[in-house]
Amino acid sequence: MSSATTAIEAPPAGAAARRLAWRQAEVVERIAETPRATTLVLDVPDWPGHLAGQHVDIRLTADDGYQAQRSYSIASPPEVPRLALTITRLERGEVSPWLVDEARPGDRFELRGPIGGYFAWSVAAGGPLLLVAGGSGIAPLMAMLRHRAASGEAGRAVPARLLFSSRSYGDIIYREELERLGSAPGGLLIVHTLTHERPPPGWRGHARLIDSPMLAEVGFPPAAAPKVFVCGPTPMVEAVAEAVVSLGHDPGRVKTERFGATGGR
Amino acid sequence: MIRTRGFTGRSRANADEQRVPPGQYVTDDFPVLSAGPTPHTPLDRWTLALQDGGSLVGKWTWEEFQALPQTELTVDIHCVTKWSKLGTVWEGVTIDDLLAAAGLEEPSAPHLMAHCDGGYTANLPLEDLLDGKGLVATRFDGEPLAPEHGGPARLLVPHLYFWKSAKWVRRLRFMEHDEPGFWESLGYHIYGDPWREQRYDGD
Repeated sequence: MSSATTAIEAPPAGAAARRLAWRQAEVVERIAETPRATTLVLDVPDWPGHLAGQHVDIRLTADDGYQAQRSYSIASPPEVPRLALTITRLERGEVSPWLVDEARPGDRFELRGPIGGYFAWSVAAGGPLLLVAGGSGIAPLMAMLRHRAASGEAGRAVPARLLFSSRSYGDIIYREELERLGSAPGGLLIVHTLTHERPPPGWRGHARLIDSPMLAEVGFPPAAAPKVFVCGPTPMVEAVAEAVVSLGHDPGRVKTERFGATGGR
Repeated sequence: MIRTRGFTGRSRANADEQRVPPGQYVTDDFPVLSAGPTPHTPLDRWTLALQDGGSLVGKWTWEEFQALPQTELTVDIHCVTKWSKLGTVWEGVTIDDLLAAAGLEEPSAPHLMAHCDGGYTANLPLEDLLDGKGLVATRFDGEPLAPEHGGPARLLVPHLYFWKSAKWVRRLRFMEHDEPGFWESLGYHIYGDPWREQRYDGD
């Protein structure tokens, strides 16, 4: 018992911290997800592994030595050796246009991680799991759903729901894969909402910004004590987190990740 | 260093290496980053406390806090997620004035933990907060600090990465020995100097 306890303790104070090293990532595949979003599949030698929900820093270097760094969530689950990053092109962006439009198989850049252990989930942590995504905020939540799907019986035992807000039908990232995941047996409910364009005929999702009634309908009751992960643009995350808390969920179980529209990514 | 084919980056004309730390880019927006929901503590229930060991050595209601000397600071801020924002204007009470108001001539311990609504914590060397370097800020850009940016009051320690400028601060606790706060326990650097690019543990 005591040795098991010791094994999970933090390293002793004064232990030399190992620096999170920059590694060379090579693009092996690009997948056009939507008109604005592209997934890059990366080969990263000696990748130490990650938890679903964590992110990486990437660093691009121009010919004159100028460098730019940005952070991106990992969309691939821990079970897959190659890392997938899904990037949305930002107007006036410096790094995202290169990643979305320019990067080709064989291109290389630097990457380090995994970073962040708070906005992270594994099947071992249990559920129920309530995921709320806006736009490319789906990426870290997709890593969780892919991890859940890769975990067989243990994954299916975790009730999970995804509420996913996209601008239009054509902007739904991972739409086909989500359809497959949602129709497979095993306790996953996926509900979409479209915020900027009229839904196509036969649409079964919602067509408004995520609000309290929608969260009450799709989410679990507070008594079920779901683990809640919210990721998207700041106004959406602020509104959703506030609504979830007002519905009676413990703020301590609501974890948020935001990408600001900084024009810089 | 490996070159990235076809990557040119922004114009170098505006790059100010004296002002923008390595790996940062300048934004005009004010991005929001928090680990959880934004707390909303009503001002009539808000207090700020100073704690030394087991005892409370100072405590102010919102009104009492507003009556303390107010200082305006114009500073550049640097977030570990890579954005920097230049020339931001803050108003609040310096830690020096706070200690003086509590009748503490000498700080009683070399480290400090900021405790916040929502359970967030951040650790800092006290020295980094003294001599006008640290503020408990309640106003940004001439307006009351918005809740999503840490209002009603946040710590402001602009020479460290911005996660050290703890949002929704309610209690400052002196510590004899340094301890990691929230992000510091999750792989982020214990000190966080942007000029030495101390983003993560071991940097």
